[in-house]
Amino acid sequence: MKPINIDPATLAVMQNALRQIVDEMDLALEKAAFNPVMSEARDRANGIYHPVTGDVMAQGDTGLPIFIGVMQFAVKSSVAAFPDLGPGDVVILNDPYCGGTHLMDVKLVRPFYYKGKRFAFLANCGHWTDIGGAVPGGFGVRATEIFAEGVRIPPMLLAKGGVMRDDLLDLLFANMRVPEERMGDLKAQVAALNVGEERLTALLDKYGFETVHAYMQELTVRSEKQMRAYVRGIRDGKYSFDTCLDSDGIVLEPIRVALDMHVKGEEITFDFSRSSPPVRGPLNGTLSATVAAVFVALKHIFPEVPVNAGIFRPVKVVAPETIFLNAQHPKAVSGSSAEVSLRVVDAVFGAMAQALPDRVPAACFGSVANFTISGFDPKRNKPYIMFRFSGGGYGGHPRGDGLSNGSAPISAARTSPVEVLEQLYPITFDSYRLRPGSGGPGEHRGGMGMEFQVRIRRGEALSSVLGDRGRFPPYGLHEGKNGQLAEVEYAIGHRRYRPEHVTKDEGIVLRQGDTARVATAGGGGWGNPYRRDPAAVVADVERGYITSAQARAQYGVVLLKTKGGYVVDEAQTAKARATLKLAGASRKKPAQRDAGKPSRQSAKRPANRRTMR
Amino acid sequence: MTQQVGVDIGGTFTDSISIDPATNKVRLGKVPTTPQNQAFGFINALNAMALHLPDISWLVHGTTVGTNATLERKGAKVGMITTRGFRDILELGRRDRPQLYGLYGEFRPLVQREHRIEVSGRIDGEGKELEPLDEEEIERAVLTLKKKGVESLLIGFMHSYANRRHEDRAARIARRLWGAPYVTTSADILGEFREFERFGTGAVNAYIQPLIHRYVMRLREELSKGGVNRDIAIMQANGGIMASATACQRSVGTVLSGPAAGVIAANYIARMGGFRNVVTCDMGGTSFDVGMIVDGKPVVTSDRDLAFHIPLRIPLIDIHTIGAGGGSIARVDEAGILKVGPESAGAVPGPIAYGRGGERPTVTDANVMLGRLASDKLLAVDGPVDKDKLTRAMGNLGKPLGLGAPDAAAGVLRVINDAMASATRLVTLQRGHDPREFALFAFGGAGPLHGVAIARDLGIPTVIVPYVPGITCALGCIVADVRHDFVQTIGRPVADLVQEDVTAVLDRHRAQGESVLASEQTPVDRVEIEHEADMQYEGQTYTLRVKLDRATFRVEQLKTALRDAYIKRFGIDLTRFRARLINLRTAVIGIRPELDLKQIIAATHRPGSLKHARIATRQVWFDGKWVDTPVYDRDLIPIGSKFEGPAIVNQMDSTTVVEPGNRVSVDEYGNLIIRIKQ
Repeated sequence: MKPINIDPATLAVMQNALRQIVDEMDLALEKAAFNPVMSEARDRANGIYHPVTGDVMAQGDTGLPIFIGVMQFAVKSSVAAFPDLGPGDVVILNDPYCGGTHLMDVKLVRPFYYKGKRFAFLANCGHWTDIGGAVPGGFGVRATEIFAEGVRIPPMLLAKGGVMRDDLLDLLFANMRVPEERMGDLKAQVAALNVGEERLTALLDKYGFETVHAYMQELTVRSEKQMRAYVRGIRDGKYSFDTCLDSDGIVLEPIRVALDMHVKGEEITFDFSRSSPPVRGPLNGTLSATVAAVFVALKHIFPEVPVNAGIFRPVKVVAPETIFLNAQHPKAVSGSSAEVSLRVVDAVFGAMAQALPDRVPAACFGSVANFTISGFDPKRNKPYIMFRFSGGGYGGHPRGDGLSNGSAPISAARTSPVEVLEQLYPITFDSYRLRPGSGGPGEHRGGMGMEFQVRIRRGEALSSVLGDRGRFPPYGLHEGKNGQLAEVEYAIGHRRYRPEHVTKDEGIVLRQGDTARVATAGGGGWGNPYRRDPAAVVADVERGYITSAQARAQYGVVLLKTKGGYVVDEAQTAKARATLKLAGASRKKPAQRDAGKPSRQSAKRPANRRTMR
Repeated sequence: MTQQVGVDIGGTFTDSISIDPATNKVRLGKVPTTPQNQAFGFINALNAMALHLPDISWLVHGTTVGTNATLERKGAKVGMITTRGFRDILELGRRDRPQLYGLYGEFRPLVQREHRIEVSGRIDGEGKELEPLDEEEIERAVLTLKKKGVESLLIGFMHSYANRRHEDRAARIARRLWGAPYVTTSADILGEFREFERFGTGAVNAYIQPLIHRYVMRLREELSKGGVNRDIAIMQANGGIMASATACQRSVGTVLSGPAAGVIAANYIARMGGFRNVVTCDMGGTSFDVGMIVDGKPVVTSDRDLAFHIPLRIPLIDIHTIGAGGGSIARVDEAGILKVGPESAGAVPGPIAYGRGGERPTVTDANVMLGRLASDKLLAVDGPVDKDKLTRAMGNLGKPLGLGAPDAAAGVLRVINDAMASATRLVTLQRGHDPREFALFAFGGAGPLHGVAIARDLGIPTVIVPYVPGITCALGCIVADVRHDFVQTIGRPVADLVQEDVTAVLDRHRAQGESVLASEQTPVDRVEIEHEADMQYEGQTYTLRVKLDRATFRVEQLKTALRDAYIKRFGIDLTRFRARLINLRTAVIGIRPELDLKQIIAATHRPGSLKHARIATRQVWFDGKWVDTPVYDRDLIPIGSKFEGPAIVNQMDSTTVVEPGNRVSVDEYGNLIIRIKQ
């Protein structure tokens, strides 16, 4: 075989072509998928993987971020289980302990053969809305073992030589709540693999097996080079940052994500060894989700870098089996994707902020507050499950204020409209609004969280919630203040009920007229709030984002109310900003020892104390 | 004498075309757009054609006033009255961020929070009143907003698509107290569920309504000074036109109307040439717009956002835009890979070739470097190109790639063509079509430069370059039909539907449309009605659209229609699931009298021979080497001519590149029909 000469224009075209094949697979999956989590929320991803090693060669720009790194673990596990996969074979798996996240994320892996020779693996992942287990939807707060969370599928042959194994499907679907829908999801995932096969065949027809292979290799070399260039731009040293999850839903103790980031030359190590041991409840992370979260954070900081095996080479993630970020069988893991991984992102941002202060935003809201109401609708005479995840505030950043009600960084999912939910379920929303005052004060303020209150219209229902950031707020950076904590409150009859774990509970019985209120955290502030432009503070007060009392207390801006609105009292403001110490500015709120204050070389102990609310 | 006139305002140029159906005389105008006040450019464009204004019998206008004001946040101060508990819907969006990676980005809503007021009154998802409307609160809210200096009012209540009574009642109260005609209700603009999308689309309307109204008034004033007393018809994004009075009410229809006019013209021209399946490719200085025409009809969508958190869910011609144009800047990224765009040099400083201080190599520069564009007479530039500077810049670009200047320039073109081909492929595939069954219609200033390469890449066998590629949108204004769209959310399983309920909605839509047509008094030959249904299987959120035939319509047919659509699109039979009817849609179209383009071209075309049209030979870079290439003057090429590539065809507003091996024929309408060598 003669070496392939790499032509620069072809390289650029090939990079685009591979990305587009995967984008088209994503699109096919999205449009054909049965459940809204995959189609509307785009909780899915597709990729092309190395024919021998299973390394990722290309992943699309539209895939769910958290699946960035996860998928290649799944492919590698499949290859290990079935070294002799042939044309038309398909492997199915969702095992969290070998290349997975939570059980709801189901992966398909299929070898792609061109003219009788294996060229690559095609694989995808989609979130199924039910996977069996004790709780509809899969987020069981009280689960202490994976057996309660649903059906676990180690790598299994789903199809052999193009023929589906119906007996396997029968077994799987016999353990799930709405088998027809899951069949639809599975078919959509297969359809996406078909699209990939078709398009990859066309690409190989055009350029030839060896050429495409050579260019794919070259692209990983280039990405590695790019990643190394970014790392080289970070000053050598050890950067530590600790941040906490509230609790595991069972034991009311903080769970610490403790990161030591070592930068040396072109290589970077993310060492999580100091983190908490595995926990009893479902707030454990899997190794692949932890690694993926590190890369999600890196890609938010360096968005230009493409996703392929090259970017993994200069980056090392240390997460021993002794910590909760690399949970082993049979630990419960349903919180791994949405909650644990968000805290990993927070830790990476916190460490990176010390190294690259001009590139990194303060912490975002950090929890999607998975909220479920399930019950029986007497009018329609059928059971229902309403699932809702929520957005929150992004951190203030070097260029401006944080976005309000943003999507979780590990996700791109959009929420369902209130009108759609009210059409489908026997509930009404009393409100769905921004949460004023929730953004952390800063020169660039944190974005606001949201709050909604939902009311049962008919029948009896059960509610569960799995969230976080109810005890330890999103941190501010560079003298910026923390965002406001998340809250959950039920009104049951005349009784108000707040879960002991703040945002984690299940089995709450609601009757007609009872309500649940969920409020997500605001983002942390960036920079000293006393440096915020007083005109921006006036606008915030005019809009009701903060009160005039908060303007004074948090920003040192004194306002006068005139007929036409608020104006800055220049003299009083100058005085306030000169005399009030920054620490005093937040005197009204108890000092929140935030879980992980940025500190170079030394990591502070996380606060075990619950913040006063 | 009568003149039919189309005026289209683009980012850089205001284009105009006038046709006299009696004499078939065509006049064209191209003048700079006047961003501060588009009316000046409009009048300039008319003057550029040296028309006797009182002769104007029909005037259609495509404006970007609304689009620009929304994107640049320069619209009216809008107040919103909404359901208690839902003040922030416009700001909450759907939990999103502007880009997938990078947690930056802010959002400025069209209606600021201090101008959004909540009132009591609630409707549920079935249209039932849960709480009566508090009319006193409405009055107080209206007066408060008025006092705050708000100019335009949006009324948006939860579930108003299912029951409009509260919104309508609030609007009546507001109109009584408001004193200005700017009151928008969300369900009137979009009778569709999803509160953020409906309120958001309504907000765009409220935000631009005063501007469109004032703009139309100003134009009419200017025109009447010139002796024109006809109404102006306004282009809409759905590809139809509306009377100016309608535009002052449903102003949101003007947003994105410019690119839509281009597709309408493309369809008109292509259809005459016998092409019914067409991909339209409009490339200008900064962007590349792809549209689709299937079986003689432009594809319409109602699932678009104008920008981050600015939904625009009215039906509009489905146009996919990417940041690729003549001004797109080329660079080598950190991985050593050549990247082109989306960053653009714009008009200032512009490409290096413009000599206005541009330092970074662009697509236009690559075209000049390779002899594809004449270096001595670029449309936008007065002086000759500094070729040394250009060669140096391309050389510098190529250095890290190990490429010389011409190879670097060829690389730039390959990358940008590939990006445009990808965008085109995605649009066609997304709709389940095979690009090989289409013709590519290349227009805009730069479309004909790149059309052949894009077609070759996608296996599209034919490229059509219209007679006037740079004025296509203005022509689209003249040939567009009148169109009004209506939508009503149903949101129920097909099994629960009552035949009469469904047909009542369709008939109501039809009556509404016909009544608007009657009030507009635009001359039309006949009226066509199109009914469609958005459907899905229970549990899904994505919908598929199916056509309905009112004459033979039976509710039971909906199930079969959805099954067929699903199988066609995804190859999956899902009939075991319950089918749901989500929306009913109706388009009421007033078909305008046809213009005969053949006569027009014949009347303006100079006779002569092809040899006569061949004005020069120059070196052009094809496939890695310089090739002696004939240059033709488009205006001198006789109808019916045939020639082979390589060739360059020059004309006032565009340049066409014909690659070696392509065969060109000039059809009876003056179009270049290029058969691509595969």
